[in-house]
Amino acid sequence: MKMNGAKILLECLKLEGVDTIFGYPGGTVINIYDELFSFKDIHHILPRHEQAGVHAADGYARATGKVGVALATSGPGATNTVTGIATAYMDSIPLVVITGQVPTALIGNDAFQEVDIIGITRPCTKHSFLVKDVRDLATIVKEAFYIARTGRPGPVLIDLPKNVQVATTEFKYPDSVEIRGYKPTIEGHPKQVEKAVEMLLTAKKPVIYVGGGVILANAAEELTALARKLNVPVTTTLMGLGSFPETDPLSLGLLGMHGTYYANMAMTDCDLLLAIGARFDDRVTGKIATFATHAKIIHVDVDPTSIKKNVRVDLPIVGDVKDVLKQQLKFIEERADKVREFKQAIEPWLKEIDGWKAKHPLTYKQSTSVIKPQYVIQKLRELSDEDAIIATDVGQHQMWTAQFFGFTRPRTLLSSGGLGTMGYGLPAAMGAQAAFPDRQVIAICGDGGFQMNLQELATLVQNRLPVKICILNNNFLGMVRQWQELFFDKRYSSTCMELPIDFIKLAEAFGATGLQATKPDEVEATIKRAFNTPGPVLMEFKIAREEKVLPMVPAGASLNEMVLNA
Amino acid sequence: MKHTIAVLVENEFGVLSRVAGLFSGRGFNIDSLSVAPTNDETISRMTIVTRGDEQILEQITKQLNKLIDVIKVIDFTDESAIERELALIKVSAEDESRAEVLRIVDIFRAKIIDVTAKSYTIEATGAPAKIDAILELLRPLGLKELVRTGSIAIGRGAKGWKG
Repeated sequence: MKMNGAKILLECLKLEGVDTIFGYPGGTVINIYDELFSFKDIHHILPRHEQAGVHAADGYARATGKVGVALATSGPGATNTVTGIATAYMDSIPLVVITGQVPTALIGNDAFQEVDIIGITRPCTKHSFLVKDVRDLATIVKEAFYIARTGRPGPVLIDLPKNVQVATTEFKYPDSVEIRGYKPTIEGHPKQVEKAVEMLLTAKKPVIYVGGGVILANAAEELTALARKLNVPVTTTLMGLGSFPETDPLSLGLLGMHGTYYANMAMTDCDLLLAIGARFDDRVTGKIATFATHAKIIHVDVDPTSIKKNVRVDLPIVGDVKDVLKQQLKFIEERADKVREFKQAIEPWLKEIDGWKAKHPLTYKQSTSVIKPQYVIQKLRELSDEDAIIATDVGQHQMWTAQFFGFTRPRTLLSSGGLGTMGYGLPAAMGAQAAFPDRQVIAICGDGGFQMNLQELATLVQNRLPVKICILNNNFLGMVRQWQELFFDKRYSSTCMELPIDFIKLAEAFGATGLQATKPDEVEATIKRAFNTPGPVLMEFKIAREEKVLPMVPAGASLNEMVLNA
Repeated sequence: MKHTIAVLVENEFGVLSRVAGLFSGRGFNIDSLSVAPTNDETISRMTIVTRGDEQILEQITKQLNKLIDVIKVIDFTDESAIERELALIKVSAEDESRAEVLRIVDIFRAKIIDVTAKSYTIEATGAPAKIDAILELLRPLGLKELVRTGSIAIGRGAKGWKG
């Protein structure tokens, strides 16, 4: 059937299983919006800023595992998507971002609202397409979704000129994709996997170090099975939280700059490091020269460029993490005797780790007069549903959440790890809530990050998305203030927010409910009230203003050089 | 260490900027780059001369392979490939130096492709080291202008990379 480009785009999205898109209209996408007006199969949510639209699509993608879709007009609409795209790129989140573009005849003429968005986003997209001919559109959309979700996932941008949206052609969606330059390795090399298992079973002090790749590959179950079968302790990055239940005694929690004492000690002293779907980020390794110096390193990753990028690797395995873990489990099944010996051999190591856990557990000093942020996080865990989805912003509250929430399920933490984007939390929660209207979705924010996208309160109220927002308000840009306190002689340059905002009135101005707690004994009641109030609720907790995130590995220091009390 | 890499890419707009952007964004060096379509007009071939230790070279080839538009990456080691470069050289040639230029051109099996009363323009081809050598001899005589194509390379032996 003959259709115009705008309609073809929507039909393609529908065939890709897209049920929700986050978009903002404008001159060069008005034709798409005109088709959307009568298109019943796709639910469109209008954010109040394109950046928030992309973060919402990202939150939707992280929570569901599906490809998130965002739409923006050309020029400023397109440039507003850049932070959202870069955020998704750094954390390998599958997105398809569609931008309108001026008509092909005007491209390069500095036309009204023209910008070279392909050029601007080239370093932060997995791939991008400029559609010049409506006859290529269906194939390009198919390829975009395929590239976004396969291999190491990532954002793909489609720049769609206005005249292509208007032009008509016969619509036929291709059945399959064939890109000669793109053949991601799925299956781990069986010989390498077997070697890895042999290597693992000779270790005396093994640690499994898990990143977001395990969550992206939906391999939490296989990972948990492997760790439990072998009794090997597991530490996760921020992106890996939820892939292994933190309630399990084998869990070492978070590692790295704000990781637990025992995770960082285990990383430093281990003799074998099994890295799965992680990329040895500088926030994780600390000083490279002293990182896991005694360890043989096995690195499993779907992206060959991650391997040997930052650290030496003794045994690389390129492949889909789920597939490799399954293979490892099979090889382990075949080696029951060796596994028994191995478990005995690592007993002293587990005892050593227990000693570290007892010596320096993750803790904070409780107070009866002022609210401690860690206490709020613990209460949130206690009072929320087991499958609640938590989105965070970036900064102290993010680290307190990572340390004290105790994640037990994959895809329940949405957080900007790689790019560290303030303003991510609220719109990401919005995207997750749009995907799961009946689940509890909580945005944990600092007062700084919240103000970067607070306009989305309007979107929540308009679309009846009952996100519960928890602001840990210290009236500071807390993480930078912490650095200034520790490393810059308490010279709090531009980190005090000074103006006290009435967050209750702010929530009410948008038609949401606002609650406030100023004392520790009000915390529980406030959370309960928020959870029992229908619709979006903003909770403000006035927290201890100069509370620090500890432990902390100073930037550039070794992992075992943690500041435990300061 | 110097390395010559051949990259087969989709012959489409924007591919060159993806490759160049990869090098600049990750701090890799490009000593020279030459690109043109191959026998298969849907494929272009780039020859990139770059520098770095083994780890950097491994990252360069892996990162190139990761680009969707890159079809094949061939990292030539010194012995496995033949490298050639073409240079157009405009040199002063007056009085006694006219004969000297001709002698040098002859020794290097280069060609004079344009003549004026005051200059010669020379076409020289060869391995990059040979171009360097002829330039060294011509420079004292008054080099007026120089254009080099950058290296192109092809593997030795019967095996050919289609495209």
